[in-house]
Amino acid sequence: MDRTKIDLWVGIFVALGVASLLGLAMKVGNLTSGKIGETYSVTAAFENVGGLKSRAPVKSAGVVVGRVDNIAFNSKTYEAIVTIYIDKRYHFPKDTFANIYTAGLLGEQYVGLEAGGDEEVLKNGDKIAKTQDAIVLEKMISKFLFSKASETNADAKQSTSTTQQETKPAVAKSTELGDPPF
Amino acid sequence: MTNNIVEIDNLSFGYKGRLLHKGINMVFPRGKVVAIMGGSGSGKTTLLRLIGGQIKPSKGQVRVNGEVVHKQDRDGIYRLRRKMGMLFQHGALFTDLSVYENVAFPMRELTDLPDSMIHDLVLMKLNAVGLRGAHKMMPAELSGGMARRVALARAIALDPQIIMYDEPFAGLDPISMGVICDLIRSLNDALGATSIIVSHDVKETFLIADYVYFVANGVVAAEGTPDDLMKSTLPFVHQFVHGEKDGPVPFHYAAGDYQKELMKQVHD
Amino acid sequence: MTKSNPLIGIIKYLQVIGHRMVERIWRLGAGARLFFLTIIYSGESFKRFHLTMREIYATGVLSLLIIIVSAFFVGMVLALQGYNTLQKYGSSEAIGVLVALSLVRELGPVVTALLFAGRAGTAITAEIGLMKTTEQLSAMEMMAVNPIARVVAPRFWAGVISMPILATLFSMVGILGGYLVAVPLIGVDEGAFWSQMQANVDFQTDIVNGVIKSLVFGVACTMIALFEGFDAPPTAEGVSRATTRTVVISSLTVLGLDFVLTSFMLVI
Repeated sequence: MDRTKIDLWVGIFVALGVASLLGLAMKVGNLTSGKIGETYSVTAAFENVGGLKSRAPVKSAGVVVGRVDNIAFNSKTYEAIVTIYIDKRYHFPKDTFANIYTAGLLGEQYVGLEAGGDEEVLKNGDKIAKTQDAIVLEKMISKFLFSKASETNADAKQSTSTTQQETKPAVAKSTELGDPPF
Repeated sequence: MTNNIVEIDNLSFGYKGRLLHKGINMVFPRGKVVAIMGGSGSGKTTLLRLIGGQIKPSKGQVRVNGEVVHKQDRDGIYRLRRKMGMLFQHGALFTDLSVYENVAFPMRELTDLPDSMIHDLVLMKLNAVGLRGAHKMMPAELSGGMARRVALARAIALDPQIIMYDEPFAGLDPISMGVICDLIRSLNDALGATSIIVSHDVKETFLIADYVYFVANGVVAAEGTPDDLMKSTLPFVHQFVHGEKDGPVPFHYAAGDYQKELMKQVHD
Repeated sequence: MTKSNPLIGIIKYLQVIGHRMVERIWRLGAGARLFFLTIIYSGESFKRFHLTMREIYATGVLSLLIIIVSAFFVGMVLALQGYNTLQKYGSSEAIGVLVALSLVRELGPVVTALLFAGRAGTAITAEIGLMKTTEQLSAMEMMAVNPIARVVAPRFWAGVISMPILATLFSMVGILGGYLVAVPLIGVDEGAFWSQMQANVDFQTDIVNGVIKSLVFGVACTMIALFEGFDAPPTAEGVSRATTRTVVISSLTVLGLDFVLTSFMLVI
């Protein structure tokens, strides 16, 4: 087995390996849609981020425009501070909403950006003021049960006594699920 | 500088409590062909490995060129080994290399000689053993005798001072035996080297050896020139040299009474 | 007395087990020692890279056929079986994800390692065992050439380099096989096949982790093969037993390591 033949075959072998790796990376994985290109980062504060993880996508109008970089806890305000990278090509006005949605019914959570109307745009290091928390399943269920319970109570009470003004339990913030952007 | 290139001084060596050698003394003068003979399992090959530093003695010393072998560090041992060439029992040629590459191996690994010089040297060595025409062949294509000759060419590749032969005549046809016999002597004289032959082929060894050591029961049982030993009346030497069936080395392996065993029922 | 008999039997049995355990631990230590020596003497494998190249050819290139053919079939079967189950839940478009993730995360590295152990591992063990039996390794030592640097280390690095390449190739070919069954044969939508896959296979957590796994398996399988060959008793039976041990121990180690690595990776 002379050297030139071995060299040739080993070269082919390694080339095949590299080609497979590239093939996997491009066609199979999502390297191409990864953090290629310049990005800028902004932060947003949430009371509850739910199951949001770093590297989760940041979408607007259903298109991936960035990635969640870091989720930290602010021990003074007891809020979660989420840092996200946004592709430099996309600019968002200062009054953009940042919401946490769930993909599908029980899927992964991601950050959705809804553009506002402000003329000024977010720059690197800015903070998104308007946020909406993630939906926590347990809270949703308990609100639902609570409101259902108070409905039947109210009916019962109305039929028995009109004097007892029961304060309807505050339907906290919004039980309306914001329409997912798509 | 003593006249002995290798000295074995009161050497003892053993495995797991059983001593193979119990106080062996041997000297190997420069330029001579010395044979170590003895029955199978008497530790002859082990002596070669002790000289080469592959194993360490339990007691005593082996000195090569005045230096104690087992006290050397790795570099020291390799330095000593460069002066040695060894012919293994069945050649031990590298099966994935051609004959040429096998002989070139020590030159490539241990020297910085350019390829052109290596080419000439390899062909010279192969010519000395009569196999220059076979340099392109692979070891698998060689007969036993040819393989051993190539191994010999490889052993003398770097003109060693000490050439060790481990059963060089074992399993060869008469012609090959004669060839090897002749080569051992002529190469030894041509290179001015010292040859140490481990063998139990009396006829061939006595033809070329200057001195013979007989090893039995872990000690040197007898020593002398081949002529001395042929005339020796020591029973052990006599039995060995003349190939007698029975003597100090018994014919029958230890067993019980013959009649009793025949009469006994067969137990299974 | 029949009373003492079972007790003695049990004690003897425990002794045997204890002895075997000690022997296994001893072998593990000897293997670790060879591993460290191999790393220490690796310089030559890179300075004279053609030695390593030769071994990459022997372990990697010659394994291409079995790896590619196996990968193809594995991918095709995954697609078939996957479709069979997924279409019951109306999720047949997820077949691309199923095939890709199964291969990239698990089957690529693990099956490649098992095949590698069977093909290349046994070849290495047999080769080195044979070199030991025919005294080629001793001959090298006597020629002041370090057999670990010259024989063991190049094969080690060749295995470590070949394995990830083979595993990646396995995954890629498997996915192609799966594609061929899913899209042209079964009729799953081509766009859905690839887009779902791309959306759910992450380069870092899935592909890179798969490569890391195959590197670890490469080290393990190659080292086991080398050790078994190096340590084999120098007889025909010894070598043949050693090759069997290589396959068995490599396979068990790979599967065990796979569990450990997967647990790590899923947590981190």
